[in-house]
Amino acid sequence: MTPLLQVRDVAKMYGARIGCTGVSFDLYPGEVMGIVGESGSGKSTLLNCLAGHLKPDAGQVIFDTRVDGPVDTVTMSEPARRMLGRTDWAFVHQHARDGLRMNVSAGGNIGERLMAVGARHYGDIRARAVDWLDRVEISETRVDDRPSAFSGGMQQRLQIARNLVTDPRLVFMDEPTGGLDVSVQARLLDLLRGLVRQMGLSALIVTHDLAVVRLLADRLMVMKDGHVVETGLTDQVLDDPQHAYTQLLVSSVLQV
Amino acid sequence: MSDYNFAYLDEQTKRMIRRAILKGLAVPGYQVPFASREMPMPYGWGTGGVQVSAAVLTPEDTFKVIDQGSDDTTNAVSIRKFFEKTADVAVTEATEAASVIQTRHRIPEAELSEDQILVYQVPIPEPLRFLEPRETETRKMHSLEEYGLMHVKLYEDISQHGAIATSYAYPVKVADRYVMDPSPIPKFDNPKLEMAAIQLFGAGREQRIYAVPPYTPVVSLDFEDYPFEATKADHPCDLCGAEDSYLDEVILDDAGNRMFVCSDSDYCRSRREAGHVGRLGVETAA
Repeated sequence: MTPLLQVRDVAKMYGARIGCTGVSFDLYPGEVMGIVGESGSGKSTLLNCLAGHLKPDAGQVIFDTRVDGPVDTVTMSEPARRMLGRTDWAFVHQHARDGLRMNVSAGGNIGERLMAVGARHYGDIRARAVDWLDRVEISETRVDDRPSAFSGGMQQRLQIARNLVTDPRLVFMDEPTGGLDVSVQARLLDLLRGLVRQMGLSALIVTHDLAVVRLLADRLMVMKDGHVVETGLTDQVLDDPQHAYTQLLVSSVLQV
Repeated sequence: MSDYNFAYLDEQTKRMIRRAILKGLAVPGYQVPFASREMPMPYGWGTGGVQVSAAVLTPEDTFKVIDQGSDDTTNAVSIRKFFEKTADVAVTEATEAASVIQTRHRIPEAELSEDQILVYQVPIPEPLRFLEPRETETRKMHSLEEYGLMHVKLYEDISQHGAIATSYAYPVKVADRYVMDPSPIPKFDNPKLEMAAIQLFGAGREQRIYAVPPYTPVVSLDFEDYPFEATKADHPCDLCGAEDSYLDEVILDDAGNRMFVCSDSDYCRSRREAGHVGRLGVETAA
């Protein structure tokens, strides 16, 4: 089986400081990988490099495209990379405001990606927007409301709908549950887990919340100071951490 | 004659503007940056259009200026006077007689011919401006032909108003490549953008020039199930009785009386001179 994403020795420097370095892994179709680590450990930098928002200084990010097979997205042309960003990739930002157009209605937000890839039938676009609102548990009656009238949890769900409407194969998530209270978080995680399994999505989830990866991720990668210090199956890493930093991370979680 | 160089601008500046115009004509709909000059009028009064007119005018030209279709509003009168004084060119109000027409917010009703140039005053040349405020990003969207966002605006119109409510500055796609803001002309005029005359667009404050060469295909953006419609007030002109011209609504008193008149004053006048009379019109002795 060809991995959906092959990452080889990706490195990003901010001047003399290390953003992330020497990161390599394979992600297979249908697999969900968690990237955990404390603030400043380079996990968001890594995610942005993989999603094409930042240009890595070294390394390859090889994505298995539908048409041409595995292609290095770092060296591919910008139009092709941006096209991937609208079709096969999805990016869920930590703050829904970064991923939504706040002055455009919920329906327009969901429809944008469809229109970006050429949908020109209003009725169809709207029907799919309504369908997706339903799938992320937002009432159809809110389709013409602006996201600014939505709660934080709804905004986050809307952002997910907007990203998944073009049936992407790979979803990048940057702290998808950050800033939400626990009950809303639980509902969102439930929804995400359902969507990921149902659509057979591959996902990369960056988070500092171990509960999130415990629920969603098949595999785990632990980062510290720009380096990957431990990888493995989620349960294995969380239940039997080997690296000192992972042990610290796991033991820092408050048990209630 | 005055002490000004012909048509106010110095020759080097006119060369610079002409280069931008030629580039604009070569790449229809593409916004060419140019070094816009300070003109003796405020921004928003047509500094872009005036510079383009200055660059294309020759002493043999006949010049016409319209503002919202009319020859006799402040903006039109002052720009016409400006070129009378600085270029000493012949001026006219008759659309057919003019070789260069500078316009604000309208395309004349009379069909233009191959030996005419239509110069538009443009306030905001970037059609994506209010959807994407970053200029770096909109330029990238133009270069990569990423125009999905333009349809988001039309989608919003339909979802809020049940129809595409954008009635002026209606976005068009030129020569199947660049999405262009046709300046704030009513969408009634959009079908006329495919014409025999050269169309030049000048935005002074924003320092952009773009162009539509003669007979270039210009398509108004729309949805398959909500096609583009050129709309106007559903009345005949009250002065000349024309049913095919774009109308202004004029409120007559505080008792709710109003009249509709052609916004193109030259078109209305020539029709009245030809003997057409509208609801409130009076017979003119021809």
